Amino acid sequence: MSTLHPSAPEASGHGHDDHGHHGHHDPGFIKKYIFSTDHKIIGIQFLITTLLLLMVGGALALGVRWQLAFPWQAMPIAGKLFAAEGGQISPEFYTMLFTMHATVMIFLVIIPVLAGAFGNFLIPLMIGADDMAFPTLNMLSYWFMWPAIFAFGLSFFFGGGPAAGWTSYPLLSVLPQAAPGSGTAQTFWLIGVTLVGVSSMMGSVNYMTTIINMRAPGLTLFRMPMTIWGMFVTAILQAFALPVLTAAGFMQLCDRVLGTCFFIPAGLVVNNAAPTVGGGQVLLWQHLFWFYSHPAVYIMVLPAMGMVSDMICCFSRKPLFGYKPMVYSIAAIAGLGFIVWGHHMFISGMNPALGMTFMISTMMIALPSAIKVFNWIGTMWGGRIQFTTAMLNSIAFVSMFIVGGLSGIFMAAVPVDIYFHDTYFIVAHFHYVLFGATLFGVFGGIHYWFPKMFGRMMNERLGKLHFVITFIAFNGTFFPMHLLGIAGMPRRIADPYNYGYLEHLLPLNQFMTYSAIVMGFAQFLLLGNFFYSMFYGKKVGRNPWNANGLEWTAPSPPGHGNFETLPIVYRGPYEYASPLTEKDYLMQTEFVPLPKRPAGEAQPGPQHA
Amino acid sequence: MGRLWWLFFLAWPIVAVGWSWAAPSQGWWFPTAAMSPLGAEIDNLFYLILVIVSIVFVATNAALAYVIWRFSRPQEGKGWFFHGSHNLEVLWTIAPAGILLFISLYQLDVWARFRIKRNADQQAMLQPIAEVTARQFEWRIRYPAPDRKFKNEKEVEDWLKNPRPDDLHTVNDLHVPTGRNVAIHLRSEDVLHSFFLPDLRVKQDAVPGLVIPVWFEANASKNYELVCAELCGWGHYKMKGRVVAQQEPEFRQYLQELAIHQFDDGVSKADGDQQDSQGEDE
Repeated sequence: MSTLHPSAPEASGHGHDDHGHHGHHDPGFIKKYIFSTDHKIIGIQFLITTLLLLMVGGALALGVRWQLAFPWQAMPIAGKLFAAEGGQISPEFYTMLFTMHATVMIFLVIIPVLAGAFGNFLIPLMIGADDMAFPTLNMLSYWFMWPAIFAFGLSFFFGGGPAAGWTSYPLLSVLPQAAPGSGTAQTFWLIGVTLVGVSSMMGSVNYMTTIINMRAPGLTLFRMPMTIWGMFVTAILQAFALPVLTAAGFMQLCDRVLGTCFFIPAGLVVNNAAPTVGGGQVLLWQHLFWFYSHPAVYIMVLPAMGMVSDMICCFSRKPLFGYKPMVYSIAAIAGLGFIVWGHHMFISGMNPALGMTFMISTMMIALPSAIKVFNWIGTMWGGRIQFTTAMLNSIAFVSMFIVGGLSGIFMAAVPVDIYFHDTYFIVAHFHYVLFGATLFGVFGGIHYWFPKMFGRMMNERLGKLHFVITFIAFNGTFFPMHLLGIAGMPRRIADPYNYGYLEHLLPLNQFMTYSAIVMGFAQFLLLGNFFYSMFYGKKVGRNPWNANGLEWTAPSPPGHGNFETLPIVYRGPYEYASPLTEKDYLMQTEFVPLPKRPAGEAQPGPQHA
Repeated sequence: MGRLWWLFFLAWPIVAVGWSWAAPSQGWWFPTAAMSPLGAEIDNLFYLILVIVSIVFVATNAALAYVIWRFSRPQEGKGWFFHGSHNLEVLWTIAPAGILLFISLYQLDVWARFRIKRNADQQAMLQPIAEVTARQFEWRIRYPAPDRKFKNEKEVEDWLKNPRPDDLHTVNDLHVPTGRNVAIHLRSEDVLHSFFLPDLRVKQDAVPGLVIPVWFEANASKNYELVCAELCGWGHYKMKGRVVAQQEPEFRQYLQELAIHQFDDGVSKADGDQQDSQGEDE
């Protein structure tokens, strides 16, 4: 509902009075659970889909790890089914493995789990709306994922699958003769990415509109939870960056299918085919691609930052430290995120003078990230910390994000990047951000909001077990990658031991692979816990964590239309430990008369951020 | 586990620091000390950042562990009710900003000296050692004739555009003289590749359609591994070459021998071949 016109009919065409729990016709199973326009169902659909695809992406990663630990040895189980020659991973299969691992994880797991799953589920609940602004568009944004998944899936059946890396750099990706996977597979890959983009864009439009127009009365912008800020800024980032990728994707598609030459220079002889014609620029793709994909890195972490802020605050039982600096940091990260893309291209042949400007902007983007870390620690300071699974995962987020942020500085420094570019150092860096930070944030978010989704708790004991195993195995897998990078091991190499200076790294790689296998199997604990608790978890009421947010005033799970009555918001979501009340939390909707002040006394009481 | 979680979150940074500390002795560190002046500068900058980053890493993780330990103990009453501190925010905005700005400005000089063409050793640029053409999955090397002297940049450009019959060709084996700046021109015949010499800390993408000058100096006469560092197809992993740094006289001799080998038709006297071929060309 709009802040200004709480009773205006919403965009879906339903009258406002239809909502709430009473008087709603039963839409039937298919409309209720499959082609649902309810943001909660769509969010849960996204969540379950992405969790299952997480396992697919993980399996692909284990293939990569197998080859690096046991090069050219037959891979057990999966090798028989997929890889060529008696279970052995062939070099072209290996290039496909890391390409599709990154593709699945980035486009089908991380981006949709944050925006699609949590964004959908949480935005209306946290801002006190009964649904998204455009429920049908919302439904389509989920169902456009499936053609994308289908396109990616289909691509495996042509020439062994796309194998030009998730960055899809021309000319490898443009000329079919360049690699076995650069044929039809690559075309399907491009179609898949475009469809994911369509899905994301529909989500973005919806999130922006909903957050701007449908906040409950009293919920001013600076009373919004950090999760909503994260989602809001992400939606803006996505809306402005994504068209560039979509356009670039179409250009590449045209180069492949229609014979244009956006990215193809003249006179190249690829794999003994006839020389190419055209006057295109290979580097153009890199600029366009990273103009989207660098902001995409923040699309993949900002919502998680918001969620973690909410969880840390709740389980520290204390107000968020520096609410406005946190908001401004998110905005600064998003703004700077648009002018740092060139740091992916320091040694690409781009004008070296540009490297200097991109270095400075990249260094500066570390600043808001640092401010956020300090504020999270400040939030815990003076709190009453409760070690729930959600909190443990959130602390892990902070701890891992510190590593990911700091390792970025090495690569932001242009001269140092000459050596570190395209080594395992960068692989370590982005896994610390995308897995170490984002996925731990997501794990935390699942445990935290699960009661709201299903009205039941997830098993805490299992959750903690999953956390401990994942955390240790994660560091066992990814921390040594820094060392591999320092040792100069390039990424995307099927057999690094082909080079004398890398031979001695085999035992370390084997250790990492064992860790990765443990980490992979530990995720079954999460899945098991998730699906078991969905049906057999302990039933809970509206507010199991004693949290402040608007979502906790709705029933668990909320019915269609979310709130029985329109929530009215009196304060921000972080008033834990408030002296205004006996409890250690004070919900956003709870009206508390301010204590009477003796006349003449200076203003005491809480200073509101 | 209850309140002992702070130990868990303290343990991992300790393990990480210990691991990194032990890494050089295990060989999990730079393959060798940098073998070029550029490499030495890069290593210095790396260690500078490493020191700063390690301090921040230890400090923030210690703070995190301390906060977890201190505020998870059973305590009376509610948490502290405050919403932040303006002074702290200013402090921890300005301090990291200063450090980050220092790091980035401190790097500029090295980058400028080693990557901006104007600052390159003009002598070396005028006498390029070779043109290196990457293709799936090998490095093709073309040297100008050993006694070839380029008078100006235009002649170099001309040589890059028009291969000459007296050029010398090898594959995956680039020889360079030790102890002075050498320039090569990097290009690609098909897809992206990257010319990576780990020991020398040299890396530059080979871009189809562009000719990119790369200059470096090898301190010691030895064989260096040449790695392709940009995904270039299924055979990317085996796109391996070597760069052989030799003292100037040996390098000259190598080129002479290469010429003899290349122009040996099995009939003519070997030592006259090169003159002959040049004569024919004119």
